[in-house]
Formats: sequence, structure tokens, C-alpha cells
Amino acid sequence: MIKISNLSKHFILHNQNSAVIPVMDQAEFSVAEGECVALVGQSGAGKSTLMRMIYGNYLAHNGAIWIGETNVVGATAREIIDLRRKTLGYVSQFLRVVPRVPTRDVVAEPLLALGEEQTKARRKAEELLSLLNIPEHLWDLSPTTFSGGEQQRVNIARGFVYDYPALLLDEPTASLDVKNRSIVLGLVESAKARGAAIIGIFHDEAARDQVCDRVIDVTQYTPKAA
Amino acid sequence: MNEYNFAYLDEQTKRMIRRAILKGLAIPGYQVPFASREMPMPYGWGTGGVQVSAATLTPKDTLKVIDQGADDTTNAISIRKFFQKTANVEVTEVTKDATVIQTRHRIPETDLSDEQILVYQVPIPEPLRFLEPSEPETRKMHALEEYGLMHVKLYEDISKHGAIATSYAYPVKVEGRYVMDPSPIPKFDNPKMEMSAIQLFGAGREQRIYALPPYTKVVSLDFEDYPFEASKAEHSCELCGSHNSYLDEVIVDDTGGRIFVCSDTDYCSSQQKIIKEAV
Amino acid sequence: MMSDRPLLDVRSVTKMYGCRIGCSSVSFDLWPGEVMGIVGESGSGKSTLLNCLAGHIEVDQGQVFFDTRSEGMKDTLLMSEPERRMLSRTDWAFVHQHARDGLRMSVSAGGNVGERLMAVGARHYGNIRDEAIDWLGRVEIHHSRIDDRPTAFSGGMQQRLQIARNLVTGPRLVFMDEPTGGLDVSVQARLLDLLRSLVREMGLSAIIVTHDLAVVRLLADRLMVMKDGYVVESGLTDQVLDDPQHAYTQLLVSSVLQV
Repeated sequence: MIKISNLSKHFILHNQNSAVIPVMDQAEFSVAEGECVALVGQSGAGKSTLMRMIYGNYLAHNGAIWIGETNVVGATAREIIDLRRKTLGYVSQFLRVVPRVPTRDVVAEPLLALGEEQTKARRKAEELLSLLNIPEHLWDLSPTTFSGGEQQRVNIARGFVYDYPALLLDEPTASLDVKNRSIVLGLVESAKARGAAIIGIFHDEAARDQVCDRVIDVTQYTPKAA
Repeated sequence: MNEYNFAYLDEQTKRMIRRAILKGLAIPGYQVPFASREMPMPYGWGTGGVQVSAATLTPKDTLKVIDQGADDTTNAISIRKFFQKTANVEVTEVTKDATVIQTRHRIPETDLSDEQILVYQVPIPEPLRFLEPSEPETRKMHALEEYGLMHVKLYEDISKHGAIATSYAYPVKVEGRYVMDPSPIPKFDNPKMEMSAIQLFGAGREQRIYALPPYTKVVSLDFEDYPFEASKAEHSCELCGSHNSYLDEVIVDDTGGRIFVCSDTDYCSSQQKIIKEAV
Repeated sequence: MMSDRPLLDVRSVTKMYGCRIGCSSVSFDLWPGEVMGIVGESGSGKSTLLNCLAGHIEVDQGQVFFDTRSEGMKDTLLMSEPERRMLSRTDWAFVHQHARDGLRMSVSAGGNVGERLMAVGARHYGNIRDEAIDWLGRVEIHHSRIDDRPTAFSGGMQQRLQIARNLVTGPRLVFMDEPTGGLDVSVQARLLDLLRSLVREMGLSAIIVTHDLAVVRLLADRLMVMKDGYVVESGLTDQVLDDPQHAYTQLLVSSVLQV
């Protein structure tokens, strides 16, 4: 489902004397349907960078990122937007909040963007919010004032409200207590069971061991210092 | 004899005005620019109407001049005397005897025939002016038939007053194409604009002439749910008893007593004559 | 949701002011439901470009193909004036930075919203008024204000009224010139949220010119960065803002104050 081949990236900081910062060199791996793969490596090795490249948030300089039949490298903006809407989900570490939008609608949005009918989308959102222990009285409020853990759970709810065939999870259990952590891992297991291909970054080793089938050490793709 | 050319204007000027009139008749409701001349009366006193009449009159014509329906107001008398002096034409107060009728702010009650010409004095010829101050823009709107703004004005009236409040100079659509200002005649007179006579409109200060050939379709603008009503005061004339003519309200004493009389003086006197003869 | 041809196909639009560049060789396409942001600082040419696209300024070179409902892709720059005026009253909309430029200040709110309907032949007062009330509601203006003049409205309300006035005929393409410029921050947030939902509900395509990167991050799917009349970078909004490639874009992004 997900196939990375010969993927490389560097940053050029034009305003700092055009300093070139290589971050990835010839990354290569794939993830099958129903598999969950963890990216590991020390801080700064490029785990989040890789995830962002897969999502199209960072530009890759050569190589290919296949999500199903679409190659993210060289895809047009339209194609990537379509991919993100229907195929590739992403739960980042931070919830980027649109001001004034109630939590229920924040979570329902991916379904609404797919043309799902409003009441059904909201109901699904509510199911997930309940599952993740976000109390009902918060559903009408914007998540801007929520705690870190609550925001994270809203973020996760939004990532799981639609059955994406491919999912990217960046630290999904960070800032969660034991109870909620296990619920989130349960969501990951169900996603696997329905055939989703998942790439995750987990600092929590126990969580990683529970849901991931394999581990990929991105340090092998980190360019060696010249 | 007088030193003036017939009807005051020189022949070249009359030709220029006649060309404008012909163009106006060919494009009913379209405002034709013309080079308005300096007249021996100030702007705002009917110079447009006077120029159109001057270009239209021939020595054989019989002229009637009314102002708000009356032949005997100062302005009507002045203009009538002006043409008597400069054209030496026959004048009359009887509508059906006139061949050219110059009017300010009314259409005569008596039906006009296809042998007659009605000349209107027009202050502001542009019906869109109050909502769109730019002349190039209003010209474009007419050219492109963009008249939504006209209905905005009527909409505003209804929202403010509960009904279309425009009671005079009520805008009309001519032959389904141009929107026209009929001059400040009461809306009661609008239906009369579909008539057998030729109607010519002159605005001297604004330098525009427009025209309606006989039997032109003239429709007053309205909304489907607020249709046009040619309304007048709910009274009959105190002097002749007519319920069908447009009435002036006249205060008769210091205690606010009032009577309603026909605004069209010729119509009223002919009605009175009919009653007297019937007795 | 994927259509087979773009809504707008812009090719090499160039506008010169003598030897000074207004905008140079700008090309892009815009698909139904897409929002394109154009950012740049003062003098970048972004407003010039927008006005060229909307037909307000004459271009020196270039074509702007629009997918008209009746005749397919047509170069709007070659359209006759009546055609273009009709287009800008029905299928296109233009939201000005200053609401005063986009409203009739001496006409009531209801009249402002109803004007485009009346311009295309609506002749039933009751229906026009009902639609106006509906639209005022959608832009969060209470229906009791329908007979008030825009002079009695706050800046944010005027802007929302302008939006309602523009959207009432269901346009497919909306041009916006600094739509939140000059508004208080809290008012901006409300307006942006409104624009987001309207764009989504109505399947609008939009081209938004702004100097505010937060606005494009929120509203735009794609982004073009302009400098001195040229497009220096373009792509997916989040990609251009998070991984800028061009020196100028990097400068722009790093200059934004984080709150």
C-alpha cells in the first residue's frame, strides 16, 4: 500500500549563506495493508521529516513515495489534496485549530469534506469523542482552550473518523494517560484489522511493541556528516 | 413685425433639434443628446420644452401651453405669449383644438388624437441618476439594459413605506427596452402615455431629447406582488363632479378648509359646460 | 468531486506600467472547489494580478480562460463588455478590501443583497426579501438589520454584507482582495471561519490575495508567492509554508511573528 523508494531530501537555507542540510539519503521500504510499521531513531534522525514527506508537507528531491497508485513525489497539488481527502490520513503531534469551530465539527470535517451528510458525520464524530473520553459538554466548544491531552485526543478522533486506507501517526499516545493510551492503541488495532497500512512514530516503547509489526530505523537513511 | 426668426430659433438650430427628435422617435425612450441653446428664460423654466416646441411649430399650428394642468399660471402664460410674439401662431386653451401642446407636469385629461403633438418639459431626464451619479455609468447601463438598480429603488420604497412611494416621475419601460423618466407627471397619468399622439420630451439644462411615437408600449415598473396603481385622491371635483380626473387640493380658508378641483382647467370647464347644458 | 477540466486556466498574464512590471507571465489553473492564495508584500504585483484576472485592468499579454456554463472554455479577456459584466454579476464575485467599494452605501442591506437578483430579472418583492433575509442569516447578520444602511454597520458587518451581496447569485469563482484587511483580529477570525464554510458548502473556487500568511494557511489549498511582479514559488499551501524552497519565501515565512 505504501512504498518508499530511493527517497532523498536536503534543505537549503538561502538566508543563511545558502547552507545545505542533507536530511535523508535513499530511504527504501514498504508497508503492506494491515501492517503497522514504526519509525525509530534518535531525535533529529528524520522520523517526522520522513512522515511529512510522505504526506506531501515536505518536498522530496528525488525518489518515489507510492500511496496506492499515486506517487506523492511530483504529484500536482490537486492530486495530493485528493489523496489526503480519500486515502491518506495524518495525525500530527499538534492540533492546528481553526478558531471558533466546535470540537464536534473539527472531528467531523474529514467526512464532510468527502460529502458525507452532516448529521451522520457529526454522529460518527460524537462516537469517537465519547470513545476517547472527551466529555459531551466540550463538544460544542472550540478545542483551543483544551488541555494538551484533550487536544491530542481530538486530533486522534479526527484522524480516525474516516477509514483511511493509509495512516500516518506521529506520537499518537504522547500526553495520554494509561486508560486513553489503551483506547488509542485499540483504534490502531481496528484500523489494522480492516486493512489499513500504518506508519507510526512512538516514543513509548510498550505502545510500539503492542501494535507495530516491524520497526524501521531511519538512522540508516540519515546522510553521514561530510 | 418682430425681429425674431419664426419661433425664435434659427433654422440651423431647428434642424439640429429635429434630427434629435427623429432619432428619438426611431429609438423610443432613448435619451438623445442635443446642443441646448441659450433661451430668454433661465434653466429650470422649461427651456427644453420650449426648444422642442420651437423646432416643431409651423405657422399653421395652434398652440396650447399648460403648467400643472392649468392654462392660466404665470409660466404657461409667459410661454404662450413668447410663441405668440415670436411665431405669431394661433393659441387656445381648448385641448381638442390644439395641434401642439406644451406641458409641464401633467398629461391632459382629454384623449389626444393622432393629429396632435404633446411636448413635455423635463428637469432630469435620467431615471437612474439618484442611485448612480456617474453619467458614463448610466449610459452604459442603458446601453447594456442593466436596469436592476431601478428595481432596487422600488424595493427600497416598499421596505421603507410599505408601498412604492414614488408618486410622480414614475419610471417606465418603453417597448420592453429602455427605461425612461416620464417627467414629473403624477403616476396617475402614466397609463395615458399609451396614446395616439406623438410625445416629445425636452430637457434644456441636461441637453437631452427623447420621444415616444404613437401607440408605443409604455409599462410602469413594478413588482409582481406590488403591482403599479394609477392612484389619485379619493374625491371628485368640487366644480364639475368628475371622479376620473386628477385633482388639486386647494385650501380655501384659514381654518384648513379644503376642496378638490380638477388640475386640468380645460377639462374642468368643458365638464362644467356639459352639466350646464344638460340642465 | 474531480472534474475533467479546470474552472479557470490562466496563461502568461502580463501587465506592464511603462517599463515597470505590474505582473509578469503568470500562469496557473484553478479547479472547481479549489482555493488559491496569492501572497506577497506591497508591490509584489498580487493585487495587479487579481485585477487583471477579474477584468478590472487591461492586460498587455495573456489569456484567462473560464469554463462558462453555456459555451465551455472562453477567454474572458476577449469577451464583449456586456458579456463580461454579466459574468461578473452571476458566475463571478469580487470581494473588495474595503466594503465601501463593494456595497451601495445609500441602499439598505436588503437592497444590497437583492440587487444582483433584481439585475437578473427577479420581480417578486416578497421572494427577493426572503432570499435577502436568508443570506443575511448565513453571514450572521440579524434579519432585523435588513432595512438598515451599511453606514450603520461595523466594519466586520459591512464585509459580511459584501460577501452576502456577492454570493447571492451562486457564483462559481470568487476573487477576494485582502478580505480581512483592516478588521480587528477577533472579527477576522469570525470572517475567515465564515468564508471557509461558505467555500465548502457552495463548492466555490476562490482566488485570495493577502499579505497575511495565517489567512492563506486557513483558507487556501494552494499558494503562489509573488515578488516584484513574478511568481517565485507555488504549490500546496502547507508545503510552501512549511518547506519553502525559494529564498524569498523562506524569508517571508521566517518573518512572521509567532504568537
